[in-house]
Amino acid sequence: MPGSIQSIERSAAILRLMARGSGRLGVGEIAHSLGLARGTTHGILRTLQHVGFVEQDGASGKYQLGAALLHLGTSYLDVNELRSRAINWADALAARSGEAVRIGTVLDGRVLVVHHVFRPDDTLQTLDVGTLLPLHATALGKILLAFDANVAAGRADDGDLEAFSRKTITSRHALSRALAQIREAGWADEVEELTVGEAGVAAPIRGYGGLLVGSIGVSGAVERVCDSKGRPNPALVAHVRDAARAVSRDLGASRW
Amino acid sequence: MTERFVMAVDQGTTSTRCILFDHRGRMVSVTQREHKQHFPKPGWVEHDAVEIWRNLERIAPEALAQAGITLDQVVALGITNQRETTVLWDRRTGEPIGRALVWQDTRTDTLVDEMSRRPDAGIVQERSGLPLATYFSAPRIRWLLDHVPGLDERAARGDVLFGTMESWLIWKLTGGPDGGVHATEVTNASRTLLMNLATLDWDEELISFFGVPRRILPEIRPSMGTYGTARRILPGVRIAAALGDQQAALFGQTCFAPGEAKCTYGTGSFLLLNTGNELVRSTHGLLSTVGYKIGQEPAVYALEGSIAVTGSLVQWFRDRLGIISTAAEIETLARTVDDNGGCYIVPAFSGLFAPYWRSEARGIIVGLTSYITKGHLSRAVLEATGWQTREVVDAMNADSGLALKELKVDGGMTADNLLMQFIADVLDVPVVRPMVAETVSLGAAYAAGLAVGYWPDLEVLRSNWHRAGQWLPNMDARHRDREYGNWRRAVERTFDWIQAPEEE
Repeated sequence: MPGSIQSIERSAAILRLMARGSGRLGVGEIAHSLGLARGTTHGILRTLQHVGFVEQDGASGKYQLGAALLHLGTSYLDVNELRSRAINWADALAARSGEAVRIGTVLDGRVLVVHHVFRPDDTLQTLDVGTLLPLHATALGKILLAFDANVAAGRADDGDLEAFSRKTITSRHALSRALAQIREAGWADEVEELTVGEAGVAAPIRGYGGLLVGSIGVSGAVERVCDSKGRPNPALVAHVRDAARAVSRDLGASRW
Repeated sequence: MTERFVMAVDQGTTSTRCILFDHRGRMVSVTQREHKQHFPKPGWVEHDAVEIWRNLERIAPEALAQAGITLDQVVALGITNQRETTVLWDRRTGEPIGRALVWQDTRTDTLVDEMSRRPDAGIVQERSGLPLATYFSAPRIRWLLDHVPGLDERAARGDVLFGTMESWLIWKLTGGPDGGVHATEVTNASRTLLMNLATLDWDEELISFFGVPRRILPEIRPSMGTYGTARRILPGVRIAAALGDQQAALFGQTCFAPGEAKCTYGTGSFLLLNTGNELVRSTHGLLSTVGYKIGQEPAVYALEGSIAVTGSLVQWFRDRLGIISTAAEIETLARTVDDNGGCYIVPAFSGLFAPYWRSEARGIIVGLTSYITKGHLSRAVLEATGWQTREVVDAMNADSGLALKELKVDGGMTADNLLMQFIADVLDVPVVRPMVAETVSLGAAYAAGLAVGYWPDLEVLRSNWHRAGQWLPNMDARHRDREYGNWRRAVERTFDWIQAPEEE
């Protein structure tokens, strides 16, 4: 068995120490209590603050447990907050790609559309924020299945998947192979799997530590999204991945 | 052929930004630097004009580097700025005289009270189109002349120059004490209380009403047309346009036809309606102002409805009450209920602006019962922005005789779908959001690009505008009327709250 990771042990000790008392503690008080160097303690506190587990009081500079700890079970990023943080990048993606943009998160085993930007051609379009889409038949949904273990684990594992068109992936085995490829490639596509004549490309939006918060993607007529071989056009894939990375960086993901 | 770009400088209240746009009106790079807000006394708000200039010295080259382009690829510069903020500086040394007095600064309230009691005070509204209020520049110039020792004499000798932020930056860019151009742009000049809105020139009687020496005033120029060529920071670049920030947003939203309107939803909100070449004098509490002026063409006028508290009510909910932890969560909380539960919030925190202009009003929450939850209060917070917009639109329709057909929106609050739907519902017109959120900078870039022929005409700019989202009205008319009636009864209950202090 590999040795335990010291900084995680120390983080846990800091959290327990804070949970024991009711007031706020300063860096020095925490360092003394645990016999740690002040610099080490400060570094751990800063990281815990970044992930929302501790909060620093503006006036006194002291630390207390963060609200995020109390809501560990619920989604850590409010969907309306996600929209407001992603809106400029989603607009830029629509302008560059010339296609409609959507951002999705998981709700009850389906994709919840939390943001929608019209295709920039000024044709009549309707906002479909709040719409639920199938996970296995959309690029947005496949990203959520591929990168969030809970989404996959929460699903029934027998019987065929619902078919929306001739190209929908209906076999569970085929779906897991597709998801493995998506994890490898870092993006997903959807070619006439939900609607005949429509295709889409999506990529993951991540928060700190790589935690998945949603997916962002474009969709449009298959002849615009794909090349003659029916593969999504590489320039479009690059635009989607750039936008996903930009939103992720804004949300605190460092590596993406 | 090398690609060419237009640069916009947005000198705002909290920061200065530099943005490059390409031919299709897309943002290529953005750099930004905040400046310090000075609050020396309650109600006083100041900026350091030198700090703002130094910020521009940093961010302009950074914007070029970020886009990977050279200065010769910039065809023109457009400047947009916080309006009404007042800078005085020494013509010879280029040093500002104290700090700039910001549009939010209310130190001139006593002065303005005294002035409005003068028998000739009526000429202010008549000539400038604006009420005599602390919001505008002229009382600030008077205040500085009265309070800075020796300034009155220096100004009379012609050693002092006045400008709003665009004037200061244009003067500095074109050489400062060494031949700098002392000019102001017409929409900015229209907010000083010194410009005659019909002639678009300084009004001799307004100048003498405020006791401002004629020699300190810059030359008024059209929004689009050459201001000069930059000699510093961006040597060789033509300064081709300037616009006040709200007017720039009107231009960036391509509201070029009479009857077209935009509303920018931020801390406060500003609704501007294009009234064409006709100067509409408001009888319903709106401001008459210049929208823009292209070269020698007749000016395009606008009606403006300013709402003091919209986004700042959400911030109050977050920072003072701690009911939410981010502004966006107001929507989440509001969606936990289906309606306002009979509760209304009127955020008259420092009185009511358009269309009431009641400085003695203060905010209220009415309709409280034990049934009311945080969700209902959150609804009431968002609905306050919707109803305040409705009141301004009603005033505009009444003043202009034009019925608003569609409202173009921008600003941070447009990310709130519930609010945008509510605005469409209460106005009973579609609400549309454009793809470029940076409408202020885009407007300045459009104006500059148009002036130098980078874009041939307004139609091309229109074709760059794309709908990113749209909300269609979907509220029963009787329900809307009943709710609006409730809102107005709530507003009436805010009146006459502050009373004159009793004599001890």
